[in-house]
Amino acid sequence: MCSYIVEKAALVGSAKGRKGWMKIDTANVYFDHPYHSTLDHVLAIDFTNEGEGGRDRVAVELSAESARALVDRILAALASGEIAHAAPAMPVAAE
Amino acid sequence: MMSYYQGLTAEVVPFRGHNGDQGEAYYARPTRAGKFPGVVVIHHIPGWCEWTTEVVRKFAHHGYAAISPHLYFREGNPGEAPDDLGARIRAAGGVADAQVMGDVAAAMAYLRAQPNATGKIGVIGFCSGGRHTYLATCTLSGIDAAVDCWGGNVIVDNPKDLNDKRPVAPIDLTEKMNCPLLGIFGNDDHNPTADQVNRTEAMLKKLGKNYEFHRYNGAGHAFFNWQRDAYRPEQALDGWSKVFNFFNRHLAASASSIAAE
Repeated sequence: MCSYIVEKAALVGSAKGRKGWMKIDTANVYFDHPYHSTLDHVLAIDFTNEGEGGRDRVAVELSAESARALVDRILAALASGEIAHAAPAMPVAAE
Repeated sequence: MMSYYQGLTAEVVPFRGHNGDQGEAYYARPTRAGKFPGVVVIHHIPGWCEWTTEVVRKFAHHGYAAISPHLYFREGNPGEAPDDLGARIRAAGGVADAQVMGDVAAAMAYLRAQPNATGKIGVIGFCSGGRHTYLATCTLSGIDAAVDCWGGNVIVDNPKDLNDKRPVAPIDLTEKMNCPLLGIFGNDDHNPTADQVNRTEAMLKKLGKNYEFHRYNGAGHAFFNWQRDAYRPEQALDGWSKVFNFFNRHLAASASSIAAE
């Protein structure tokens, strides 16, 4: 494709780019021709802070297959991580 | 004795774009004395990339003064990487057709203003730049020949894909096309599809336009781009020969004929 179709995801988080760490509030996600990859099409994600003008970004270009695998791994990491880090029951104060 | 290969000069130059906005362009020309036809190179959606500058130099190597205006300069920070800028422009929905046409017209004026210009101007564009090229042939005057390399969205089947920035499907302007058009397409491309290429050709034929289309089997989108897996050396080599043959005929000059002056 050769399009301007961009999915926007609101985010809360940080990313490390050329200037070091920055807060991010948006991921622009699209499947189109890459800038750097040799693949014909890539799933590209640009992490930006649009609240601060979106001038800096952290970018990735992934093959469709690896992007889908990454989605799985993200969900798996969240699932196992949330179990592992679930707040323990409040201890009962000794009387 | 003249060397077979001849030198070229390439540089980033300031130029006045649409509305007189101060922008920048990549410009290359043969270094030797003489007059040269001009070519405007319109870059693709990802931006003003290194491959685009290579195409500009390729034209200079073949005896043309070529220029590629940076279509996204208005949004850029000084020294900003074109890929970062391209990503931001994409997220904002691209640049308006009217602005691009203004920038292309300005790039043509830049070429014609150079002391080495013959006055003949070709336009070539790739991907979205191919669409822009088609649009330019129908909306700008003064183009002597144009090459659309796999421009997508020349035909817009879903009216919802039209918007303020791209209000008209280029195919609907075909009647106004005022210069010869060369089209280069890969039959495996998804945008434009082989069917869309056929429909575009049917329109050109119906309206009696001066065009020639070349379709390549075993090639998809962007098959000239050696930096991608899409690169098809055999088809690309033939495609480039079609481009230079076309420009040499319509811009009435080749490197050898100019050198002989």
